Amino acid sequence: MIDYIGIAGNKPKGARPYFFDDPAVERVMNITMAIATELAVTKERMDTIERLLEEKGILTTTEIDAYVPKDKKAEMERQQSHSEYISRVLRIVQQEMEQLKNPDKTLQEIADDIDKM
Amino acid sequence: MAKNLPPTYDKIATHEVFPEMTHDDRARYNFLANLNKHLAHVSQGNTLAFENRVKPQFVKENGREFKNKEELGDAMARDPHYQTWSALRRSTMEMRQQAGRSLTYRQAEKLTQKVNQLNEGKDSLILNDDVKVPPYLMAVDNHLMPGSYHTELYDGDVANAANYDGGLFVTTAGLLGKYSDGGGKAIAQWLKKNHPEFSPKRILDIGCGIGHNTLPLAEMYPDAEVVAIDTGRPMLRYGHARAMALGYKNVKFVQAEASQLPFESESFDWIQTTMFLHETGGKSIYNIMNEIQRCLKPGGITMHIEQPQYTDDMTMYEKWIRDWDAYNNSEPYWSKMHDIDPKELMEASGFNGEHYMQIGAQAINDLDDGTQKVDEPEDHGRSPIWNVFGAWKK
Repeated sequence: MIDYIGIAGNKPKGARPYFFDDPAVERVMNITMAIATELAVTKERMDTIERLLEEKGILTTTEIDAYVPKDKKAEMERQQSHSEYISRVLRIVQQEMEQLKNPDKTLQEIADDIDKM
Repeated sequence: MAKNLPPTYDKIATHEVFPEMTHDDRARYNFLANLNKHLAHVSQGNTLAFENRVKPQFVKENGREFKNKEELGDAMARDPHYQTWSALRRSTMEMRQQAGRSLTYRQAEKLTQKVNQLNEGKDSLILNDDVKVPPYLMAVDNHLMPGSYHTELYDGDVANAANYDGGLFVTTAGLLGKYSDGGGKAIAQWLKKNHPEFSPKRILDIGCGIGHNTLPLAEMYPDAEVVAIDTGRPMLRYGHARAMALGYKNVKFVQAEASQLPFESESFDWIQTTMFLHETGGKSIYNIMNEIQRCLKPGGITMHIEQPQYTDDMTMYEKWIRDWDAYNNSEPYWSKMHDIDPKELMEASGFNGEHYMQIGAQAINDLDDGTQKVDEPEDHGRSPIWNVFGAWKK
């Protein structure tokens, strides 16, 4: 079987231009946009599933749009899920805030300390 | 931002050798087509950034205006909006190629089989191993398509041609029509309407690729023999099979190189190139025009659909931003070609300047249900509005 996904991602001839001063920013931008694309694909698939469910008389979009959690347990489970998702996505911000609160030594400095221990 | 929405991908016409696509393949293309349209709006920020901060800042620091577009470009390259838009634009092109190639290479062998079946026993596909891919095509992968028009990963590989066919919709947001043939349709209709007395018996389309702009010429002049040439074998194989699938009987696909046409002098009534010349090279373009002059019959016409040339009343900023594709979308000759005076190019090959013609053309879009408004922001390269120049041989 051809490695179609590998082939698909091949670079074209010619060095790739970078636009941001820091190539790391460019990398993150590209990874983020690829994720945005895949999310869009998933959203379209969800839309398809909702429409088919409606066509088959199983579930309507109105029911989906009107849905609210039925009890406190469901309510908290859903909110907890959002809260955890946000924590995962913004992990780097949490870590940078902890560093701001309690400025930490760099590993270089720690290594120098340990060398004397 | 208010904008016209592109049609969904399912509106594209398919044919027997068109790649099979899953729900998610189409969804990905729907997203990318929308993203391209969106980025045309984001590009307006480049103009704003230029007028509001980059130019004033430069004038303040240097006490003068930009002396050339290179200097202007260096200043713009440091602007955060331009950096963001460029990175997004480049990323979108790369994603389009990856999306297209992943779905076509997934079915590469099946595509080869289908194409071979349609091509078998037909004398209208003429390949020639002696025809070399010209150096200007070997040097770059135009519009970031890895492998370009000529690479075969195995003998009979047509996956990149299928990738090209399926993906035109994305870059032009469906504005070329169901069969991506809006360019060919526009020029054929113009000729028929403006020169109804002209009845070409032999038509040559140079750099036909998959033939999407060739077929409308064959349709408009069904009594003509249409010859389509290219140096990319996958394009020719796929293009020919595509033409067979769509029922065309008066088109031949021939592997030939534009600066060495294997045809008799004065053997064509109409020689056409569509979005081809900007993918040639600085010396070759003159050789190609010489060959066109040689092969055109007296009383015949040659026309070339291209991106707009630089004119004196085009601002330096516009000239610079129209160069974006040259350096960032791997269309390197695009920039230099803009500086050529098309009339001089034709006169250099022996055409009489008095019979030079130049018109504007807009793609004929059979997907437009009346909702596609014309006031879209200028995209400086992706909009299907072109310049056509050419000459009658008299």
